Amino acid sequence: MNQDYAVQVTHLTKKFKDKVAVDDVSFNIYRGEVFGLLGPNGAGKTTTLRMMTTLLKATSGHVTIFGHDVAKESSAARAMFGLTGQYASVDEDISARENLMIFSRLNGLSRAEAKQRTTELLTEFSLLESADKTISDFSGGMRRRLDLAVSLITRPALIFLDEPTTGLDPRTRTQMWETIRKLVAEGSTIVLTTQYLDEADELADRIAVIDHGKLVKIGTPASLKEQVSQSKLSLSVADSNQVTEAKDIVTTHLKSATLIDQTTILAPFDDSNRLTDILMDLRAKQISVSHLSVQEPTLDDVFLNLTAPTHN
Amino acid sequence: MEIKQTRSNLIMNTATMAYRNLLKTVHNPDRFMDVIIQPVMFMMLFGYLFGGAIAGGVKAYLPTIVPGILIQTMLSAATGSGAQIREDLDSGVFDRFKSLPMAHIAPLAGQLFADSLRLLIATITSLTTGYLMGWRPDVGFQWIIVIALLAIFMGWAISWVFALFGLLAKSATMVQSISMMGMMMLSFLSNAFIPIHTLPKFMQVLANLNPITFVITAIRQILANGAWTSESLIVLAFGIGIVVVFAPLTVWAYNHNN
Repeated sequence: MNQDYAVQVTHLTKKFKDKVAVDDVSFNIYRGEVFGLLGPNGAGKTTTLRMMTTLLKATSGHVTIFGHDVAKESSAARAMFGLTGQYASVDEDISARENLMIFSRLNGLSRAEAKQRTTELLTEFSLLESADKTISDFSGGMRRRLDLAVSLITRPALIFLDEPTTGLDPRTRTQMWETIRKLVAEGSTIVLTTQYLDEADELADRIAVIDHGKLVKIGTPASLKEQVSQSKLSLSVADSNQVTEAKDIVTTHLKSATLIDQTTILAPFDDSNRLTDILMDLRAKQISVSHLSVQEPTLDDVFLNLTAPTHN
Repeated sequence: MEIKQTRSNLIMNTATMAYRNLLKTVHNPDRFMDVIIQPVMFMMLFGYLFGGAIAGGVKAYLPTIVPGILIQTMLSAATGSGAQIREDLDSGVFDRFKSLPMAHIAPLAGQLFADSLRLLIATITSLTTGYLMGWRPDVGFQWIIVIALLAIFMGWAISWVFALFGLLAKSATMVQSISMMGMMMLSFLSNAFIPIHTLPKFMQVLANLNPITFVITAIRQILANGAWTSESLIVLAFGIGIVVVFAPLTVWAYNHNN
């Protein structure tokens, strides 16, 4: 066992009847990092996470959590992590305080400890005012906060978050990100699944891209972006008759250029200094530019590039 | 604050889970409505409607129908456990229970222990309604307690069967509708409301084989003789048998439910 790893996943495979949901996936997660599992719907992210959190038995392969094999020492492994599921897994019919009390008790805290921890978490997650309302009256954001609070009862060193912001409005989403960052600052290791690239980009130190059950790519958000694309220059001319002329100018400076519609030219853009030259040449030929933008590569490019639908 | 995790303690966890289910009921008292309304409704409906036709009068019919309605109510209360478990599974809260370092039987056992409160309320309502309609058993009150406990235990044992069904079924609606049909068949195709000898031959065979018939007969015997009979012992053993078989099966299904 390697001391540096919080989680080790080796050759993990899950078959449901004939369908292979997770196909020979291996990766390691370091202590203290935020690890993102990124992929489209149905890619196998949640299935992978469920196997990592002892909720689902793997068809083959192993997962260890701080050295504890989830299949052989499931109890020891469960004691090491907190899990926040895809759907808020709290009790709808009872209050936030009661939820926290019950889950504290189930986690083995004494009544006094449970009471103290409940108050701490309610304060920390700004739920104190609504502590005694039933959850069915809660907003989506409050539910998620409570859900996260419940997973943090034992201050686990490792936290699994399954699509933590799916279905939240942008504001609540940003709040959730703040909360997650705070956890990171406190030294927790976080494993999160998401289908949002910006979320993975914002939060994760390393990202594993999963598609059709296979691990497609793993690396930092920056290295993934680098691998796929460079910046692009997008230029539109006012008069479509001049577009060929403009394209020639762009090609001289940037080596290649493509016409994507009647007026717009797209070209790989790796040297920012060439922009002035292009604009000066266009001015000289009296070509007027209606729109100009430089597009930085986004994780979306990575994502679409890596998870292109298979043609078969 | 350093949190030390104590070893998972089955009894404590089950108690916490039972507390959870009771809290849910306290927040939603309408969960009790079925076990209160149903026995009152059936007792009055059947008593006043069929009493004259079957036994020549309401009063004469009550010794037949009170144990019958009592057990029918137990059955229907037991089906509620299955639906509740299915609902919990669908809501995702069981994922959290499963991911906690605690005994896997605790969420199920907690649910079923909390459900015995439903059974108790159903029993009290059934017997009270019977009493108000003029049911006066000849035996002492202690025997009323005995049959109440026997009925509750049998209801509790049967709730394990429905819990298993709840785990295996696809949706809460399906659990409810199939349980409803099962409950109707079991309670009507027995001696709960009618003397079996009035039935056509093939139905007599079925009704005599129906375990519900045995339970109701045992209860009627206790109420008639004021004594613990060998029939009641068989019924009790049968109830224990159900728990011994279905509790492990249910836990197994729970562990393998993905």
